[in-house]
Amino acid sequence: MYTPHTPRDIEEMLAVVGVASLDDLVRVPDAVAVRAPLDVVPALSEIEIAERFAGFAARTSAGGYDSFLGAGAYRHYVPPVVGALAMRGEFLTAYTPYQAEVSQGYLQAIYEWQTYVALLTGMRVANASVYDGATALAEGVIMALNATGRKAVLVSRAVHPNYRAVLRTYAGGLDVAVDELPYAADGTTDTTQLAAALADQRYAAVVVQSPNFFGAIDALPAAALAAIRSTKTLLVGVTAEALSLAALVPPAAWGVDIAVGEGQSFGNAVAYGGPHVGFIATTDEQLRRIPGRLVGRTLDKDGRTAYVLTLQAREQHIRREKATSNICTNQAHCALVATIYLAALGATGLRDVAAHNLARTAQLRDAVTAVPGYAVRFAAPVFNEFALRVPGNAADALDALRERGIVGGLDLGRFYPELADCVLMTATELTTPAEIGRLAAALAEIATDAVARS
Amino acid sequence: MAQPAGLLFSKDHEWVKLDGDVATVGITDYAQHSLGDIVYVELPRIGATLTQFGNIGVVESVKAVSDIFTPVGGDVLEINAALEGDPALVNRDPFGEGWFYKVKLADDGEKANLLSADAYDKLIAEA
Amino acid sequence: MLAPETPPIFETGQPGRANRYVPPAPPLSEFLPAAAVRHELPLPDNSELDVIRHFTRLSQKTFGIDTNFYPLGSCTMKYNPRINDALANLPALRDLHPFAPDELAQGALAIMWELERSLASLFGMAAFSLNPAAGAHAELTALLIAKAYFKKKGDARRTTVIVPDTAHGTNPASAAMVGYNVVSLKSDARGRVSLEAIQAAAGPDTAVCMMTNPNTLGLFEDQIHEIAAAVHAAGGLMYYDGANANALMGNSRPGDMGFDLMHLNLHKTFSIPHGGGGAGAGPVGVAAHLVPFLPVPVVRADDVDEASGRWPSDGRTFALDFDRPDSIGPMRSFWSNYAHMVRALAYCYANGAEGLTRVSQLAVLNANYIRASIRDLIDIPYDEINRHEFVASAQSIKRETGVRAFDIGKALLDRGYHAPTVYFPLLVPECIMIEPTETESKETLDGFIAALREILIAARENPQSVIDAPVNTAVSRVDETRAARRPDLRWEPEKG
Repeated sequence: MYTPHTPRDIEEMLAVVGVASLDDLVRVPDAVAVRAPLDVVPALSEIEIAERFAGFAARTSAGGYDSFLGAGAYRHYVPPVVGALAMRGEFLTAYTPYQAEVSQGYLQAIYEWQTYVALLTGMRVANASVYDGATALAEGVIMALNATGRKAVLVSRAVHPNYRAVLRTYAGGLDVAVDELPYAADGTTDTTQLAAALADQRYAAVVVQSPNFFGAIDALPAAALAAIRSTKTLLVGVTAEALSLAALVPPAAWGVDIAVGEGQSFGNAVAYGGPHVGFIATTDEQLRRIPGRLVGRTLDKDGRTAYVLTLQAREQHIRREKATSNICTNQAHCALVATIYLAALGATGLRDVAAHNLARTAQLRDAVTAVPGYAVRFAAPVFNEFALRVPGNAADALDALRERGIVGGLDLGRFYPELADCVLMTATELTTPAEIGRLAAALAEIATDAVARS
Repeated sequence: MAQPAGLLFSKDHEWVKLDGDVATVGITDYAQHSLGDIVYVELPRIGATLTQFGNIGVVESVKAVSDIFTPVGGDVLEINAALEGDPALVNRDPFGEGWFYKVKLADDGEKANLLSADAYDKLIAEA
Repeated sequence: MLAPETPPIFETGQPGRANRYVPPAPPLSEFLPAAAVRHELPLPDNSELDVIRHFTRLSQKTFGIDTNFYPLGSCTMKYNPRINDALANLPALRDLHPFAPDELAQGALAIMWELERSLASLFGMAAFSLNPAAGAHAELTALLIAKAYFKKKGDARRTTVIVPDTAHGTNPASAAMVGYNVVSLKSDARGRVSLEAIQAAAGPDTAVCMMTNPNTLGLFEDQIHEIAAAVHAAGGLMYYDGANANALMGNSRPGDMGFDLMHLNLHKTFSIPHGGGGAGAGPVGVAAHLVPFLPVPVVRADDVDEASGRWPSDGRTFALDFDRPDSIGPMRSFWSNYAHMVRALAYCYANGAEGLTRVSQLAVLNANYIRASIRDLIDIPYDEINRHEFVASAQSIKRETGVRAFDIGKALLDRGYHAPTVYFPLLVPECIMIEPTETESKETLDGFIAALREILIAARENPQSVIDAPVNTAVSRVDETRAARRPDLRWEPEKG
């Protein structure tokens, strides 16, 4: 459908090439030639494609439900200015900016992204992006392994379960041990045994997420940081809800050496899990270990400011098997979207959005805990999500809520068997008082039904 | 550039200057020219024990990376700290100020595995 | 057009110049303990107009397929259809949460399933995972699958990956991330992987042989069937790097060639926009014996009623299947770069099997047309019918005039073309790799050929003019040495 060749074009071109037909041109040995018909979706005109996909959309009914899901993917208000700029054809259809002279626009935008990530995390330098939060964590841990020469990592159980699982997948390839730190009664990481665990200096890094999977602010206390430093272990800090960086003390301030996380909250759609955008930011000492692309500012030969991909000697296309990582294509367009969002919101806008998240989450918490039988599970202060203990088990409660047109959150029992009575629920600036009211009313009904049944 | 007098060479384009049992190591003019503008040199740690021809560091230019294979073995006594702030020293003065590190030669017999200036000239002429 | 300098966005902001996207909010300290509150957030406040001008100007200093022809070998810079973006932006799909219950995501899952089934047939594999975010990510996934497969068999000797010297840099880098040693094979005089070399290299320590077909010289590996047999005889697995898949759709399938594992780059072959360097998508395909090891989750179709619609997804029920005991585990936070699955399926629907077959045929025609039209002015090391790309060498031009492949690329920028790929594969000195793709018209190719011919003639008659290029772009040649020696990787207030 997108090939412009007329029969005459083809005839003339074949003549120049000196071949009689297209079939002759593309002939392959019989042993590997396609014989049977292929079973691919049928060819449709564009209007028919639009109809077909409208059908898919209609069969995706989650949009008709109130939703309190977060857990690593957050719905936020995206001003139309973001799409208007990001979907410009030059940005959308550009190649990787290896030819700097014709890619100054993109290179500068990525330089600005790197700056935003550094400013938000408080770290010295950030890269041009990685795939998502989970792979950012895996790459950050690899940096720590290379920096220390150690072959194990200690990860808090309050880190996003999918992130921990991806870390295990990557660690399996490298024969690296992944051990876990438990969480404490208040929902933060339990650091009471940390000094003992670090004493033999076998861990390259300690990994902590803040706000953590339960929504709790989980920056490490000074004593924990001291134990980490004194054993020459590195601290990897994870951020899954990037908006929290606008409100909370940043990773650099609580001692993080390698800050990793997920930037989806900045202007990128939830989109059933992707594409999102991972970030990695670090100190000057670790700069050369950072994976992926880096944009630097320099001059052209006539003295103009110019941007260019730099320190490429670390990357796969030069270093091959000794590269810092195999990463090539990253998530540049999603990083661009995030940069435009951050530029449009500004510090003032971001702080306001963050404050609204906190406010709505407080309203949600108050409304649902006012219903008898429901209580907040963890005492630690949160950003925009928290674990709610429900009567009975979370899976049943969520089913009952779904019958009432509500996706109440995530069943924590799915990842933490001991929390099978807890739902992780999230509120953002898009959560309305009416939605909160409907949820509270539904929870009350469900609790009554549960009592009536028992 | 003709090879300076008094040096031995490896086939990986490093030079060695011996002063008793202290060996100073760097890369040759041919090597710096091939690599282009040097942007970073990763050197071994002071006190590290090197084995002759082991891969002990890296020289990075804008477009290429080259492993450093030490021409002699021994303990690292000193490294050229000036290279961190000014890696261009390697391009400007590869046999002098652009030196990389010094080792205490562990085995004098290792000299036999190195090339004379003439032999090195022949090597690069055939490259 | 020399564009004016655009200062970094941090220099135009002023506190209080904020836009009003949300109502004013109470202070953070109302909701958080004092010790947790961040006090300084040094980000600029810019008016929306300044944001619009800033990024619009940046876009004007950026080449894209929408503005310029990219003859970039190995990248498949084909047209990115707009309908794909519109469909990816349907609110039901755009706003769907990955943890939404399967019952509420049936349409979204059907899209993934239809794409996976289409890819499986098109490339001759038993199943695909849509998990990986990019080609390199997919390679890593495939090597982890291989590692798990041999571990389950109890075969601990498999520690080596065989890679031709023409391979993409991600191949050995991915192998290193899985703890494999890399053995590089010299290509033969015909530019192919030689069967004898494979037979010599493959042995009980061989885990995987990673190849692409056609190879990075654009040449069809005609002995691929025998090569696969040799690797299998040694107990190893064959991996197909799908970067060049645009060359052979509907004509030949990696599964039939004997490949056990493969990946695709949807941002190459399936028209997903490159977006300046991502996001991509890299589905991994496997033969039947490797299906249990695929990353989680996999989209499972349950047979419900008899299929009643135009394609088998109608009438079926779908679920995300996490219950796979032999899986290598997840490779990413969630399930796929989903918006790109929507785009890729739409692209499949726009073409069907016949259309995709024609895509590959015309990609091959376009590449050969360019080769045949410039071979009198530049060396073509393997001057035979190539596939969707071919390589030229500027080595003799460099010897005669001093003009290098690099300079020829820069001179093309001046004439409004993106440079081809240069210095890859490493096998060919002063290499120039050209891949036009099938979406370019004969007029566009003729314009490119004329520009390139002009440059090649200028290289001999006025070499300095080529060495000085580009002069018509937003900036001239960039001081990369300075950028690497004095890294300036972020804006800072003092620097400005």
